[in-house]
Amino acid sequence: MDREFRHIVFVPVLVWIGLMVLLGLSLAYAYWPAGLAKFAVGLAIAAAKAALIGAIFMQLRKASAIVQLAAASGVAWLSLLFLFSFAEFLTR
Amino acid sequence: MSGKPRATVFEPWESAERQHQAMLFGLWIFLATEVLFFGGLFLLYAHSRFLDWAGFVVGARETNVWFGTANTIVLMTSSLTIAVGERAVREGWARLGRWMLWATALLGATFLVVKGFEYREDIVEQLFPGADFRLASTGGTQFWDFYWVITVVHATHLTIGIGLVLRLILLDRAGRLGRQWMGAEVTTVYWHLVDIVWVILYPLIYLVGR
Repeated sequence: MDREFRHIVFVPVLVWIGLMVLLGLSLAYAYWPAGLAKFAVGLAIAAAKAALIGAIFMQLRKASAIVQLAAASGVAWLSLLFLFSFAEFLTR
Repeated sequence: MSGKPRATVFEPWESAERQHQAMLFGLWIFLATEVLFFGGLFLLYAHSRFLDWAGFVVGARETNVWFGTANTIVLMTSSLTIAVGERAVREGWARLGRWMLWATALLGATFLVVKGFEYREDIVEQLFPGADFRLASTGGTQFWDFYWVITVVHATHLTIGIGLVLRLILLDRAGRLGRQWMGAEVTTVYWHLVDIVWVILYPLIYLVGR
């Protein structure tokens, strides 16, 4: 396959197919009567979709270290927000 | 196909490479603040669910999963078209880039139209917290507070995104987009973040209690 075609069209279409499959999975699992830990599974599938979009569509996989750090910082501070807030809510 | 375009270098940058690094760094710092902005609302969601889980789930069951799923498909497809469009612009496939940008703007508009129909149904079914609201529980009220605030904020972000894509289309008409592909990259990455926010909202809003 032509290198340019692969980069411009083929890879994004593959990612899109992956996203659609994950969407189908999360919808099906939410309606599956015997499904366990539905909320966690739904969120895990959403995280997988976000990771696909971030790594390939947003090109974080090939980004420089400084850009990857800036991207990770948002998630890192967000986890602190949740950690400290719930440390308080759960110990009232 | 006209071959890979060279980039326009703006003040104060000495080289396209430096401009590109600085632009991506600045963009991602902005996106990190966006993550925290939406993250505050997600914390509200988590806390409401924690306070009155039963009422929260009863409230969440009232959402229309088909509107949500249709819009998820629309938005993920727009992420495909803008990703292909940006790569095409950068590699000099100008015609494909142009078509993909138009497709992205149209898909973005489609999302807003579907959302409009969904809002109409929500209002008819008295799911807007206030005097006529029909779910009298703390969790139910807080779920729908979250729903309205975050979907309106998200739609506002998407509207800004559509404006940015239309700007790229105008740049293309003026024959300047090929050399300003970095502008296309900034818009594209922002668009994907708006998509990611929706991808996370989808199980939080539409799949709870099914």
